[in-house]
Parts: sequence; structure tokens; C-alpha cells
Amino acid sequence: MSANLPVLLVVVPLLCAPLAALTRRPRPAWGVAMLAAGWAFVVSILLLSRVLAQGTISYHIGDWAPPWGIEYRIDEVNAFVVLIVSGIAAVVTPYARRSVEREIDATRIPLFYTAYVLCMAGLLGISVTGDVFNVFVFLEISSLSAYALIAQGPDRRALTASYQYLIMGSIGATFIVIGIGLMYVMTGTLNMADLAQRLPMVDANRTIPVAFAFLAVGISLKLALFPLHLWLPNAYTYAPSAVTAFIASTATKVAVYMLLRFFFTIFGAAFAFDVMHLDRVLMPLAIIAIVTMSLSAIYQVNVKRLLAYSSIAQIGYMILGISLASVTGLTAGILHLFNHALMKGGLFLAVGAVMYRTGSVRLRAMEGLGREMPWTMAAFVLAGLSLIGVPLTVGFVSKWYLVLAGLEKGWWPVAAVVLVGSLLAAIYIWKVVEVAYFRERSREEPVREAPLALLLPMWILVLANYYFGMHADLTVGVAHRAAQVLMGVAQ
Amino acid sequence: MRILGYYNYWVVIFLMMVGFYTLISRGNLVKKLVGLTVFQTSVFILYISMGKIEGGTAPIIMQGQHVVYSNPIPHVLILTGIVVGIATTAVGLSLVVRIKEAYGTIEEDEIHVQDDVL
Repeated sequence: MSANLPVLLVVVPLLCAPLAALTRRPRPAWGVAMLAAGWAFVVSILLLSRVLAQGTISYHIGDWAPPWGIEYRIDEVNAFVVLIVSGIAAVVTPYARRSVEREIDATRIPLFYTAYVLCMAGLLGISVTGDVFNVFVFLEISSLSAYALIAQGPDRRALTASYQYLIMGSIGATFIVIGIGLMYVMTGTLNMADLAQRLPMVDANRTIPVAFAFLAVGISLKLALFPLHLWLPNAYTYAPSAVTAFIASTATKVAVYMLLRFFFTIFGAAFAFDVMHLDRVLMPLAIIAIVTMSLSAIYQVNVKRLLAYSSIAQIGYMILGISLASVTGLTAGILHLFNHALMKGGLFLAVGAVMYRTGSVRLRAMEGLGREMPWTMAAFVLAGLSLIGVPLTVGFVSKWYLVLAGLEKGWWPVAAVVLVGSLLAAIYIWKVVEVAYFRERSREEPVREAPLALLLPMWILVLANYYFGMHADLTVGVAHRAAQVLMGVAQ
Repeated sequence: MRILGYYNYWVVIFLMMVGFYTLISRGNLVKKLVGLTVFQTSVFILYISMGKIEGGTAPIIMQGQHVVYSNPIPHVLILTGIVVGIATTAVGLSLVVRIKEAYGTIEEDEIHVQDDVL
């Protein structure tokens, strides 16, 4: 049993998906989803502690030895990513019960949880597999179910948002398959570790750089790197609240993990940065994303869309860290994967609670909410402080490492960009605070505080922002080791 | 001769561009999906081409006979790829059906006009 944990991590949620559909009633379907999320969370903690104690785990599916069989390979990097995905799922799923009952038709709820569990299984699958074609299959499992989930949103624009995401996501996935195919044709292998050994032996020709380019564009589409982010704002805005919180904290993170895996483990940092100069593309785009998307966020009147633009800017921070191509830079990038999941998860859950009570997430609907929903808005403010990067929060920790990484290379403009981004974040978070606390209510009816079932998950994430902000050594330690593994530095 | 010898790859590039162009240029949501499908199909042919060798047959090794066979792995991979493609098309078309119900049109610009009024 315990030796089979890597595969059971994915298989149990995959089996739970049809089970949720078969229950045909909302509550049991939610129970099945909860089971899958709880299982994944427990297993991911076990896997991470085992990786930290004993090093990389290699699991051979069906006992077929790699590179012929499919290998699941778990090291510090993906053990951490798996923990992010399953941790967020374990917090968002309890929240989803009430929120989904309000936003989605009861007859469709079992199928909703089917798609939800499938999406989770796909994201976990991408994270643990050591086979590049397997990555594509899991990517499509998670993406297709995400399209279905987004389309369930109460507004009809959810449908067009989902369609737009489907088109752009499929282009991205197809680009990734082309890249994988070109790598296969040159090396004859699909196993990541095997590819990493064989790619440097391929004679210099154009096929490998072309594969590299296709993968870079495809993965950038999936992780919503500026200017390939066009699908993201609508998808986050119109999806059901629980889906937005889940996808915003996991899907783009897993795509960033794919970027790390393909360019650091498979191609190798030397090829990606010294030969292909990936940093010359990533860094300007990351900086533009941080500045322009934060500016766009300021002008939004829909709070979910405001946070969506802020997400694109935050992805910019991760990519900025990665593009520095140093251990400290990577540490900052990987750290921000985790930290951003905590802060954006908390923020979107708070906005979801506003949606639950007022039926709207526009700024106007939040007037005077600071007095009517004190716990929800307090959670929003505290998570917002973390987003800005105030000391004692996780946001501060990741920005600190990002600035360190920039200064380590002597690039002070990087530090300046981080500072500007934080100031802009302060402006757009303040906009919401001002409306909620300093304006009188224009709505007719007063609203009550959100139910405990929504408050509890929200506050778990918010408090985690401060716990991991004050005990940063836990996450920094793992992120640092993961960065060393990716850079191939001996520990 | 060398250029003609790669004719299946030329077909791949042609289909890929036709599909991609349709996807970008058309405003009709169904036509966009048709473009997407052609685009994905071109990749299937790319994979199948690289597994095929001249005179190659099915990879069944018979005793005492020297069998020249095509690499089956790309073909198997594309079997999965086809399933994924069908699933994508199905999800996409069902979204188009729902969009038609909600907006009464499947033309992108008309949908934008309706949403701007809101």
C-alpha cells in the first residue's frame, strides 16, 4: 500500500469522479469530492515527508521499468506542488458545499463534482508523472474539466469565457504535443529523466530548438504569461466562486511547474538560458505583466475581475524569479507558487462569500459591507495585506527573496519593479477596502454575515498566510531544496 | 526529390496553417472549432509520419523471419490524442449549443454586441 502511494494519489480521485456522478444527489456527491480531496491531502503530506527524508521516489507503473514503462517520479519540486494542489482542494471543497448549492442547479451538482474531482486528479497527475506524454494527457483531463466547471457560472458570459478558454487552452496543449513529438523524434524516448540524458547528445540541428519554442509558447499560454493571458480574466470572473478559488490557486501553478520541469529538468538550465536565452523573453514579459496588469486591476469595477488581473501580475513575479536562473531566484519563484495560492485562495473565498450573500461581486455591491459582513471583509483585508507584501505575511517572504535574487545579480531594477508592483497592489486592494468600510450602503436590504461553512475555510487560508509568513523557514527550506534540485546543484 | 520525399510533412504544415488560420480569422464559433480540429489533426499526422518507415509493417515478430516494422509507439500515442481531440470537440460543441440558447447567435461579434449592452 504505502509503496503504491504515488499512483494512488491520482487513481483514487480518478475513481471518485464517476462515483460522484453515480450518486445523483448533491450531498453524497460532495462527500465523494471531499473524500478525494482529503485523501490527496494526506497522501501528499506523506509523500513530501518521505521525499525530504529519503530523496527522490521513482514509481514504475505496472512494474514496467522506465524508460519503457511510465514512471512517476517525485522529488522536492513536485512533492511541493502536489501539496499546494491537494491542500487548496482540501480547503476549497468544504467551502464548495454551500457556495455551489447557491450558485448551481441541484440537478447538475453531482456532475459538477465529477468535473471538479477530475480537474483535481488531472492537476495531481501532471505534477507527479515522469513521462512527457502523460503530462499532456493529464493536462487535457484537467483542462477539459476546467472548461466544463467554468461554464457552470451563473452569468451567461461564463459560456463565452469557457469557450474562449477552450480555444486558447487547446492551442496551448497542441503546441505542447508538437514540442513533445519533436523531442521524441530526435531521442526516441518520452521519459523525462531519459530525455534529460539524451537531449544533449543530439547533434546540433533545428529540431530541438523548434521543440523548445513550441513548448515555451504552449506552456506560457497555459500559465497565462502576458501577452497570452487573454483567456484568464473572463474565465476567473464568470466561473462559480468555488471554481475560481480552486483554479486560480492551482491550475496556473501547475502550469508554472510544467515550465520548471521542461526547461530545467529536461532541457537543462544551461541549454534553456545559455543557448536559447529564455530569460531574455521571460524577464521583459514578466516585468510588463507585473506593471500593466496591476494597473489594469486598479480600473476594474468587478472585484473578481480585479483579482484576476492581479493574478496575471502575480504570475509575473513567479516568472521573474524563474527568469533570473539562479538558486535564489528559483527559490523565490517556487515559494511564490505556494504563497500566491494561499493569498489568492483566501481572497477569492472572501469574494465568494460576498457573492453568496449579496448575489453580486461588483464594487457597488460591497458598499458598507465592512459593518455587515465584518469577518468576511476582515479576511479580505488580511489576505489583501499579504498580496501587497506587508511584513509578517507570506507575500513579504516571497518578495523578499525576489529582491534578494535580483540584487544578487546586481540588477536593482528588478527590486524596483517588485516595489512598484506592491504599491499598485496596495492601490487596488485599498479600492475595495474604501468601498467596504468608508461608504454607506446603497442597497435596500441589509445582509447578514456569511455562514460558518464559508468563513472557516476562508480563515484557514488567511491565517495560513500569517503562519507561513512568520514561520517562513518551513516553506523556504523546501523551496530552496527544490531550487537546488532544478539547478542541479549538489546539496 | 528531397523536398518531395517529405511530402507528408508538407501536408502537416499545410493543414496546421489552414486550421490555425480558420481558428483565428473566423467569427463563427462552429467554424472556429472546425479550424481547431483540423489543427489538431495535423499533429496526429505528424506523429504517425515519424513512426512510419518504408516497407514497415505491424510490429509482430515471427519466428525465423526478419520483420521490418513501423514504430508503434507514436501510433498508440495518437490513439490517445484522437480521444482527447474528440473530447475537446464535444465539450466545445456543447458550449456552442449553450451559447446559442443563451444568446440566440453563434457569431462572435453579435455576442460581443449583446454583452456590451449589459
